[in-house]
Amino acid sequence: MPNLLDGLSHSWLQNAFCGAAIVAVLAAVVGYFVVMRGASFATHALSQIGFAGAAGAVLLGIEPLIGLIAFSLAGALGLGALATRTRSSDVPTALVLVCALGTGALFLALANSFGSDAMSFLFGTIVGVDRAQVAITFVAALCALAILAGIARPLLFATVAPDAARAAGVRVGALDLAFLAIIGLAAAITVPIVGALLVFALTIGPAAAAARISARPSIAVALAVLFGLVAVALGVALAYETDWPVGFFIAAIAMLEYLGAGAYARARQ
Amino acid sequence: MNAFFASPNVDAALLASAIVAALTAAIGYFVVLRGLSFAGHAVTDIGLTGGAGAMLAGINPLVGLIAFSVGAATAVGALGDRARERDVATGLVLALALGLGALFLHLQTTFANAQSTLLFGSVFDIAPTLLRIVAAIATVALVALALMYRPLLFSSVAPEAARSAGVPSRTIGFAFLIVMAVAVAETAQIVGVLIATALLIGPAATAMSLVREPLRGIALAMVLGILEMWLAIALSFTSFDWSHGTQSWPVSFFVAVIALAAYVGARAYAGARRV
Amino acid sequence: MSDPVAAVSFANVDFDRGDRHVLTRITFAIAPGEFVGIIGGNGAGKSTLLRLTIGLLQPTRGDVRVFGSAPHGARGSIGYVPQRIELDPDLPLRARDFVSLGVDGATFGFPLPNAKRRTLVDEALHDVGATPFAEKPVGRLSGGEQQRLAIAQAIVGRPKLLLLDEPLANLDLSVAAEIVETTARIARERGITVMLVAHDVNPLVGHMDRVLYLADGRAAIGTVDAVINEDTLSRLYDRPVDVLRVRGRIIVVAG
Repeated sequence: MPNLLDGLSHSWLQNAFCGAAIVAVLAAVVGYFVVMRGASFATHALSQIGFAGAAGAVLLGIEPLIGLIAFSLAGALGLGALATRTRSSDVPTALVLVCALGTGALFLALANSFGSDAMSFLFGTIVGVDRAQVAITFVAALCALAILAGIARPLLFATVAPDAARAAGVRVGALDLAFLAIIGLAAAITVPIVGALLVFALTIGPAAAAARISARPSIAVALAVLFGLVAVALGVALAYETDWPVGFFIAAIAMLEYLGAGAYARARQ
Repeated sequence: MNAFFASPNVDAALLASAIVAALTAAIGYFVVLRGLSFAGHAVTDIGLTGGAGAMLAGINPLVGLIAFSVGAATAVGALGDRARERDVATGLVLALALGLGALFLHLQTTFANAQSTLLFGSVFDIAPTLLRIVAAIATVALVALALMYRPLLFSSVAPEAARSAGVPSRTIGFAFLIVMAVAVAETAQIVGVLIATALLIGPAATAMSLVREPLRGIALAMVLGILEMWLAIALSFTSFDWSHGTQSWPVSFFVAVIALAAYVGARAYAGARRV
Repeated sequence: MSDPVAAVSFANVDFDRGDRHVLTRITFAIAPGEFVGIIGGNGAGKSTLLRLTIGLLQPTRGDVRVFGSAPHGARGSIGYVPQRIELDPDLPLRARDFVSLGVDGATFGFPLPNAKRRTLVDEALHDVGATPFAEKPVGRLSGGEQQRLAIAQAIVGRPKLLLLDEPLANLDLSVAAEIVETTARIARERGITVMLVAHDVNPLVGHMDRVLYLADGRAAIGTVDAVINEDTLSRLYDRPVDVLRVRGRIIVVAG
C-alpha cells in the first residue's frame, strides 16, 4: 500500500489536494445558499450539464475544463429560463439533466473514449490534475466567491422573504439567475476532481450538516467550509491509499457528516 | 449496428421497449403530479448502484436493480413531507449510492460494456425470455396502478380533503413509490437508467400540458412514451449512416432530446393557446 | 399656511386587470402618523391597493403619491409586511438575522459586522417583543412570533410608512389583538404612518384613526362610525346592507 507521506512529495498528489481544497471551500459556501434555497436538484442537474460540456471538449480535443464551464453557464441560463418559480421547476430540471447526460454520452461515444473518460468525469479522479488546472480552478473559485459575497445579502433576502425583498427594490429574478450561474461555475470546477455525479455530495453535504448545527449565517458558512475541507482531505488521502474512486469517499464522508450533525442536533435538543 | 435489423430480436427489442415506455409514462403521470421528479430520478440512479453491485456479486443485475430501487423508494417514502429536508436527504442518499456504484464499477474487473449498459442502456439485445418477464412485470404494475388510481389521484390533488374522506394517503403514497421503483428498475434493465428517467418524466409532463383530464392524460402519456422511444431507436439506427458506417449515436441521447423537445414544445403550444 | 404633505394620496385611481375593474376612482389622503385600517372581503382589491402604494403595480388611470413623490422614489421610507410568510421549518436563519435583512438586505456588497445595524435590530426586536426568541431559528417559531418578526423586519429600516397585508389571517383572536396593539404602539412611538389590511374590522377598532372600506373596487374612508353604517355601505355595495352592533362587535350583513 502506497505511503501517503511519501506520496506527498509527488507534485500530482499535491495538485490533487490543492485543487480539492479550493473546490471544497467554494462548494461549501455555494452549498449554504443551495440548502437555503432548496436548489438541490438544480445543482445536480448543472453538474450533469457540465459533464456534457467536458465530453464535448474531449470530442473537440480541447481542455475539458473549458467545456465544463461553458456548458455549465449555458445550462444555468437554460434552467433559469425554463424553470420559472411560478410553476414547479422539477420537471424541466429533470429533463435538462437527462439531456445533458445523453449529450455527454453521445460526445464520448463519438470521441471513442467512452470507458475511461466517462468514468473519470462521472466519478472523479485524483490523478491527472495539473498545475494549470489548479490555477484555473483557483481563479474561477475566487471570482465566484467574490460575486457571491457581493450578492449575499440581497440573495438571502430574496430567498427568505421574496415579496418583502421585491418591495425593497431587490431584483429577485435577476438574482435567481445569477445564483444559478454561480452554482454552474462551482459545479464546473468541481467536476474534474470529484466527478459530475458526486459534485452534489460535496456541495450539499457539508452545508446541510453545518445548517443543522447552527442557524447563525457566519458560523454555518465557516462550519460548512471546515466540513468540506475535511471531506476532501480524507477523500483524496483514502483514494490515494486504496486506489478506489475519490468521489466514493467524498460522498461517504459527506453523508457521515450530515448524519453526525443530525445526531448532534437531536441530542442537543 | 447492422446487427440490429439482421438480428431476430428486432421484434423483441421494439416490443420490450414499447412496453416499458408505456408503463413508465403511465406511472410518470403521478410522479409529475406529486412533484416527485427528483425522487424518481434518484430512485432510478440508486437502482443503477444495485445493478452494479449485483453484477459484482455475480447475480442477475435485475435483482439488484429492483432491490435497490425499492429500498430507495422506501427510504424516500419514510423521509416524509418536509420538502427541504427531503430534497437534501434524497440528494445525499443518491450521492452515496452513486459513490457506491462508482466503487462497484471500479472493482468490477469484467467490463466497460456492462457498466455503460446499465447507465446508458442498450436496447438492442433483448432475449425473448426477457421479453416475457418484462411483459409480466409490466402487467402486474399496471394492474396495481389501476387499482389504486382513484385514491391516488384524490390524495395527489387534494391531500387534506382525501384524508378527511378516509383515504389512507401515507399508505397509498408508499405503495405508489414501490410500484414506481419496480417499474423503473425493469425499464432501466432494458434501456438504461438515463432513458428510464427521461420516459418517467417527459411524456407525462408533456401530456399534462396538453390535456387537462387524468385518464386522457395518462393515455396520451403512454402513446407519447412509445412514440418517443421508437423514434429514438429509429434515429439511432439511421445515425449509423450519418457517420458513414462507423458509429451510431446512442439511443439514450435521442430519447432525452426528444423528451425535452416534446415537453418544451407542448408548454409553448399550451402557453400560446391560452393567450 | 400650506397643506402638509399627505403620507399617501390616491387621486382618481383606477386599476384594471384585463377587463376586470379591480379598483374604481379611488381617492383618499392619509395624513402622516395616521393608522388606517383597510377593510374589505376577498377580491375587493385590498392587496392591489397596497401594491400600488409600494409601486409594485402601476395604476391604469390616476395618480398615486407617497410623501409627495411617486412610490418608486419613496421606496426607502416604506416598510412592507407581505401577505404570506412561508418559512420552512428547517431554515437555518436566526430570528435576528431575518430581521436584519430589513436593514440592508437590498444592498450589494460584502456583509461586514456592523454595530449600528445591530443596534437597530435590537431595538426593532425589542419593540415587537421578540427579544426572548431572537436567537432561535425562524422556521421553528409560532405563526404569531413569525408575524412579529415580519413586522420587525419592516420597521427596522426606520420607514415612515408601514404597510401590512393581512397580518391577522390564521392567527387566533388573542394573538391577533396583540399584533394590532404592538403595531399601533410602535407606530405611535416611532411616528410611522400605518395602512393595515384585514378582512374583519373588529380587531382594529379602538386602534385605528380611520377606516378605508373597499367593496367592489370602490372605497369610502372615514371614522368607523362615519363609514361602517347602513347608508354608506349600502351605497358602496350598491345593495341593502345591515350593520349590527353586538356587544361592541361590528357585524356587516348583506341584505
